[in-house]
Amino acid sequence: MTAILYLASAVAFIVGLKRLGAPRTARSGNRIAALGMLAAIMITLVTEDILNWEVVAAGLVVGAVVGAWAAVRVQMTAMPQMVAIFNGLGGVASALVAATEVLESEMTGIPAETVVTILASILIGSITFTGSFVAFGKLQGIVTGHPLTYPGQQVVNALIVIGLIGFAIWAGVSGDETGYWVVAGLSLLLGILAVIPIGGADMPVVISLLNSFSGLAAAAAGFVIESNPLIIGGALVGAAGLILTVQMTEAMNRSLANVLFAGFGTEGATSAATMSDKPVRRATPEDAAISLGYADSVMIVPGYGLAVAQAQHAARELADLMEERGATVHYAIHPVAGRMPGHMNVLLAEADVPYEQLLDLEQADPQFPQTDVVLILGANDVVNPSARDDPGSPIYGMPILNVDRAGTVIVVKRSLSPGFAGIDNPLFYEENTLMFFADAKEALEQTVSALRSL
Amino acid sequence: MSTLVVGITVFVLAAFVGFEVISKVPPTLHTPLMSGANAISGITIIGALAAAGIGAAPLAQVLGFFAVATATVNVVGGFLVTDRMLEMFKSRGDRERQAR
Repeated sequence: MTAILYLASAVAFIVGLKRLGAPRTARSGNRIAALGMLAAIMITLVTEDILNWEVVAAGLVVGAVVGAWAAVRVQMTAMPQMVAIFNGLGGVASALVAATEVLESEMTGIPAETVVTILASILIGSITFTGSFVAFGKLQGIVTGHPLTYPGQQVVNALIVIGLIGFAIWAGVSGDETGYWVVAGLSLLLGILAVIPIGGADMPVVISLLNSFSGLAAAAAGFVIESNPLIIGGALVGAAGLILTVQMTEAMNRSLANVLFAGFGTEGATSAATMSDKPVRRATPEDAAISLGYADSVMIVPGYGLAVAQAQHAARELADLMEERGATVHYAIHPVAGRMPGHMNVLLAEADVPYEQLLDLEQADPQFPQTDVVLILGANDVVNPSARDDPGSPIYGMPILNVDRAGTVIVVKRSLSPGFAGIDNPLFYEENTLMFFADAKEALEQTVSALRSL
Repeated sequence: MSTLVVGITVFVLAAFVGFEVISKVPPTLHTPLMSGANAISGITIIGALAAAGIGAAPLAQVLGFFAVATATVNVVGGFLVTDRMLEMFKSRGDRERQAR
């Protein structure tokens, strides 16, 4: 009977995830999944012979208060950090479940087939925990966003992996509790060391991967306590995280191995010196307003710089104004525009941009030849034609938004400084490109008032 | 069949269901998808509740407490923040209705 009730929870997760796949049904999907979770918790509290009610209640209250407080308070720009922390907490919870199993088994002896799953749970959960907190630190700017590399780094990490395997085998064969704690310690260390050499700009990939890991850790814990809802829920999340990881690496034209091990972004500093001194066409707010005011079709290309400048609302105001003047306005969102998959869409939704206006790379790219004006706000590498034309460029082959095929391109940017990859952008020197040097928010506000007086 | 084999069967089938269901999600919803999925991975709370509730050794109870607390942050925070985000996603029609 209990198993059937748990199955209902698992079904709620699947239905919930399915409904998360369309804007209209997404909110109800999330609630269905939450109900499934509530049901699973209730079933557990009723059917398990819980002795330490005070421990359970304390954990639930503390967790609920902290979780709710964080969920209500977090800024949308900080969502990647938030998800990183939640991934880490999910991971450590799974590792702790396995660890208590080790402690309790002192009396009963660990069944042979459980040994492997306990070790897997401790290993994945611990790596997810520390790895996520380093990712959080990088996104928050507490840890440097630059890749931290040192000579022999790969060797050190390889030695830790070998040590992990050795201690895991020893723990499993000898049944010595110490072996499990060494595995836990080495896994915690590996989580830190594996993430520090990855650049801040690659964190979207890392968060997606750690999301997948937090699912796998839950599934491994499910094997330990022989619980199907954990295995199902964990497998679903493992799959979701993996899909997003692959999509992000494809959007960067990199392999997962390259993201994890290459220390990308370290060589960028040198190529920044090769910046072009070709002339650019400068635009005033009035120039921008005239271009935009008489355009029939406008595409806005937002980058993370837009969010940093808190200019989403100003962008929406400008878009509304252009629509009143009869233009069609869309936003072209590159997969790596934000700091996690889909981040930019959330930031624009927060500014009341209807989701029909948000186009992804495949939808937007074919439209540029028919677009009158492209307005680039805080994006750089994702509109760099070098990725298409220059085989020598470090970002060559990365799918880009081919904005240079549109009639006019207006680039709002503080200066000519290059993006994270440290690469000069030939787009800025094109004949049909206007450079509007300003902070994104100020630029948009000035353009709005210029457009009003047009 | 041993429970391990049953577990592996369930895992593999669930992973395939996950790939099928999620590969169709449009990029617009990727962030809520990830935070919603993240909340679902908090299902480990079931194991945490059992561990904290049954553990006899003091250390097991301490670890159990932290397992419940961290899993609960994951579950409560994850679902709430996802709901908060999805509330903001509005169609053009929703916006016009609101303006009226």
